[in-house]
Amino acid sequence: MQVPASFEFERAESVGHALELLERYGPEARLVAGGHSLIPMMKLRLAQPDALIDINGLAELSHLAVAGDTLVIGALVRHAALLADPDVGRYFPIFHEAERVIADPVVRNRGTVGGSLCQADPSEDLSAAFAAVRADAVIAGPGGSRTVSIRDFHVGPYETVVEPGEILTELRVPIRPGAGSAYVKVERRVGDWPVAAAGAYLRLGPGGVIAEAGLGLTAVGAEHFTAPEAEAYLIGKEPGEAVLREAGRIAAESCEPQADQRGPVDYKRHLAGELTFRALSRAAARADGSQS
Amino acid sequence: MRISVTVNGQTHVRDVEPRLLLVHFLRDELGLTGTHWGCDTSNCGVCVVQLDGVPVKSCTVLAVMADGHEVTTVEGLEKDGELDPVQQGFVQCHGLQCGFCTPGMLMTARWLLDRNPDPDEGEIREAISGQLCRCTGYENIVRSVRWAAENQEAKA
Amino acid sequence: MSTPMGFGRMHRKEDARFIRGRGGYVDDVQLPGMLYGAVLRSPHAHAWIRSVDTAAAEAHPKVRAVITGATLAGLNLDWMPTLSADTQAVLATDKVRFQGQEVAFVVAEDRYSARDALELIDVDYEPLDPVIDARTALDEGAPVIRDDQEGRTDNRIFDWEAGDRAAADAVFARAEVTVSQDMLYPRVHPAPLETCGAVADFDKVTGKLTVWCPTQAPHAHRTLYAMVAGLPEHKIRVISPDIGGGFGGKVGIYPGYVCAIVGSIVTGRPVKWMEDRSENLMSTAFARDYHMRGEVAATRDGRIQAIRVKVLADHGAFNGTAQPSKFPAGFFHVFTGSYDIQAAHCEVTGVYTNKAPGGVAYACSFRITEAVYLVERMIDVLAAELGADPAELRMKNLLRPEQFPYTTPTGWEYDSGDYQKTLQLAMDMAGYDALRREQAEKRARGEPMGIGISFFTEAVGAGPRKHMDILGLGMADGAELRVHPTGKAVLRVSCQTQGQGHETTFAQIVAAELGISPDDVEVVHGDTDQTPFGLGTYGSRSTPVSGAATAMVARKVRERARQVASAMLEASPQDLEWSVGESGGAWTVAGTGASRTIQEIALAAHSNLELPDGVEGHLDATCVYNPPNLTYPFGAYICVVDVDPGTGQVKVRRFVAVDDCGNRINPMIVEGQVHGGLADGVGMALMQLMAFDEEGNHLGASFMDYLLPTALECPSWELGETVTPSPHHPIGAKGVGESATVGSPAAVVNAVIDALAPYGVRHADMPLTPAAVWRAIQGDPIRTDLAIT
Repeated sequence: MQVPASFEFERAESVGHALELLERYGPEARLVAGGHSLIPMMKLRLAQPDALIDINGLAELSHLAVAGDTLVIGALVRHAALLADPDVGRYFPIFHEAERVIADPVVRNRGTVGGSLCQADPSEDLSAAFAAVRADAVIAGPGGSRTVSIRDFHVGPYETVVEPGEILTELRVPIRPGAGSAYVKVERRVGDWPVAAAGAYLRLGPGGVIAEAGLGLTAVGAEHFTAPEAEAYLIGKEPGEAVLREAGRIAAESCEPQADQRGPVDYKRHLAGELTFRALSRAAARADGSQS
Repeated sequence: MRISVTVNGQTHVRDVEPRLLLVHFLRDELGLTGTHWGCDTSNCGVCVVQLDGVPVKSCTVLAVMADGHEVTTVEGLEKDGELDPVQQGFVQCHGLQCGFCTPGMLMTARWLLDRNPDPDEGEIREAISGQLCRCTGYENIVRSVRWAAENQEAKA
Repeated sequence: MSTPMGFGRMHRKEDARFIRGRGGYVDDVQLPGMLYGAVLRSPHAHAWIRSVDTAAAEAHPKVRAVITGATLAGLNLDWMPTLSADTQAVLATDKVRFQGQEVAFVVAEDRYSARDALELIDVDYEPLDPVIDARTALDEGAPVIRDDQEGRTDNRIFDWEAGDRAAADAVFARAEVTVSQDMLYPRVHPAPLETCGAVADFDKVTGKLTVWCPTQAPHAHRTLYAMVAGLPEHKIRVISPDIGGGFGGKVGIYPGYVCAIVGSIVTGRPVKWMEDRSENLMSTAFARDYHMRGEVAATRDGRIQAIRVKVLADHGAFNGTAQPSKFPAGFFHVFTGSYDIQAAHCEVTGVYTNKAPGGVAYACSFRITEAVYLVERMIDVLAAELGADPAELRMKNLLRPEQFPYTTPTGWEYDSGDYQKTLQLAMDMAGYDALRREQAEKRARGEPMGIGISFFTEAVGAGPRKHMDILGLGMADGAELRVHPTGKAVLRVSCQTQGQGHETTFAQIVAAELGISPDDVEVVHGDTDQTPFGLGTYGSRSTPVSGAATAMVARKVRERARQVASAMLEASPQDLEWSVGESGGAWTVAGTGASRTIQEIALAAHSNLELPDGVEGHLDATCVYNPPNLTYPFGAYICVVDVDPGTGQVKVRRFVAVDDCGNRINPMIVEGQVHGGLADGVGMALMQLMAFDEEGNHLGASFMDYLLPTALECPSWELGETVTPSPHHPIGAKGVGESATVGSPAAVVNAVIDALAPYGVRHADMPLTPAAVWRAIQGDPIRTDLAIT
């Protein structure tokens, strides 16, 4: 079978220690947690880091809790833990619906939230889900921590704002009353990367009009995994079918999907609109309490 | 580097290259060939073992990451000469043909029943959805796990 | 479940080791001093090799040998024969002809170092235009792939036809209704979960070569190694250990096996080579890749009169299919299916392309999968044209019981069948009329639901030796049976299980014939030093051929037991009667209570009992079974799907499968065989695909891209059975290993197309991925064998 090239291995004892190790080994070192993106790339020898720094032992990054009006998710939280958490399901069904279709149950036992976001694969589901709910990412570096909006986190395919000497430590998601969210994905088979997927977050204000709208789009070439024009269009409107369809149309127009074996461009663009509509419909039903 | 891994209750200390995959550590270093490998990309699940009681794909875990942890393989299911009910279920319900996916399926089935002693068909299918079988069409694997659920106290 | 004396449900003997992780597969073989091999493969689909520099790899401290095409040329081993009497490069010397082709072989102290050393080999390629689209392979000016063959100027491998062209044309000329449909059965791969590999151990002192290799045909491998390598055949031992699935992909000999053998000869140490998953998908036997045009002529009231087919067959860069020699398109000419048709004709053209060789493979019974898919799709196309119900149309045209044995317009003699009964049972189980009512209601609401039917007739158990051979080796199989003094038996057979449960079912056959417990029968297989010659397990031939050999050899032993019993009972052999009671098998003097059990006879056969002249002691026999005809299992499948028209997603809701494989030795195992084949049908119909981009890059070279169905895509299979024994098989069995793979893809595709009928869709090619379904609805179908652009 395929095997990685040689590398040095260090086990980090704390975030501070991990930062030290990153500094010591320089830009050719990589952090490893679940390893389900990195190790296959290393086996294919598409990635050949000089050193791996294992952060699996850092309990300080494994927290998952509601703190006041914020859901805080440590970067080392496993997909399975996010999926199993009842608070996450209560406040953000979008995460449960996204997690349920990420890889498979065994991979979800190992893969981490932070690892998925830092891999920054354009087809990665959580990037869109966090974009839809406007999360903040907390990044630790030698000079201390900084907070970045998730919508500024991804700078391109497989590229984030996390610098070589830094570590993503946690995600912070604001909890607001009257909100609903959902995630809808089309895949060729269970466990496959999405052909396309859409996440939606809606908060309804007085009179049942949309006070806040968040959209996340996966695998369709949406800049920063989102669709701001469609979000802006929704504000102040009642979430009826025609409005949500129009938002889907606007979102689809803003995408730049690429053809691959999952589908041609016209189909993926169609899905961007259709799935945006479906996610918005379900998010709206959750926001007004007509669906759980 | 030197690692110490407890496998099926027995602690093994070995010097290994950091790049050694856990599946090769088990098979080539320890001779526990019940755990197979099939795909390189963590899609097929024939390499599933339990790491600290949780099923993982051992082709995508480095042996050094298991240092200080407990691994259970298919060889560890039988206790004091008594087969685990999931092992018996696979015999009773013809849950295997070529046998290549079987160890991984057994390890996930054991974990599922530990968390959910009475899973329905859908829950079983979901639990094994990251593991491929080319022989059974899954039908009899599902029945085997149900058999084990209904016969948790079964003695071989 | 208690152990039956013969046929019936019993737990498998082989399970005890597998559930404990004690199976012994090829990668589990560990020998002292063993080295590890790795293959360097071509990144190009078509390129000249200008140079291969192995110096850096050879300098790697753990590398023991680097073998190139030049090394092999020195041994006259750079090319080897294929199973179709073509040649295939073991390691390329002149050109590479497909992406993934073998270029060099490294032998090192461990598997990681062998992989590392591959990176150190520098090959200078000069890329050439590849032939990727089979439909352009015969174009004027197309690159000639096999310029190694003297005088070759194009990519044509063969033209072949069957049936009566003039008779078919005459029917078409005056037909009331004709329909025509182009369809592709795309390139797929059997993808057993265990990849291919080998451990070769050449003992320089004894001159004996031992090869552990998961082969479905160990004896054929031994003979071919003798022919290829010039090693004496009695000094070659092929051991096929437990196999992690074969499905046809482990019939042929792959270059890696030959390299492992050469590696062991060169280094004097055992060499293990295991391919990785990408190597498996890129280089070992693919299946199908048939571009077909079907035409049907019928009366307005739905009587099918004639069928014509044209096929363009993509064989890849070397013609490596494993069809019996006389049949370059395998048994494709069974395409008239299960129907009473006056006239038929097909023509098949095989072409080279810059893709991997193969075509043996994938539970297809020598291209019958393609034939069944063709005819079953055409029936639905005709039904759509006539506005007829597809079940009624089939019922009207199926062969009737009184027509058997039935000779088809292309020359096959179907042994037995009762087709209407089988189809009716499937329809009753499915609740066919209620499903059609539900479909009508859903259609009115704009919810596409489809019901697909497939009725197939298989032709398995190849085959009569005067008609069927592979590379001159006739397709008869041997069996040896020995009953020990205490009445325990050892059966040795030439076939080789890959999960089919031969250790159980073959013991049951002996048990039924001798009246002993299957627990008292050990089945030995997979080791050429221990078993009689035969061509192995593929084409669903184990039960039809080796199963028959087993029954016949047991009957020979029983007859020998009669002679011994006659001496024991002091009665004439003609006065003895055989019976199997609760205590087992026994010979009894007719009309008396005087009787001896088989166990008593076995002991006496080895004792000092005086035997009549001409009666040998001991209880053993050998047999070679040459089948008088193929056997023809059949079945009716009904699939129900729901389609989401907004996304193109297909959900298989139900699948009813009624199989008739004649008498069932172990119904539990038969059902398991069917389950697996049905999942394969869902996989091929909906997701499995190997497409190539215009440069010849393989777009399905890992399990991330070559998708196999999981438990969540498979419904709970609903099985039924009818039993129509084969009249010529000693135990009336027909074989079942591939039936479901042969029959199920058409049922799934027919269901999806049925769901899409309101959108005017009459056909779309597999795999029916969400994108393919959505584009079919848009009236702009995808060409599935090429890259999606």
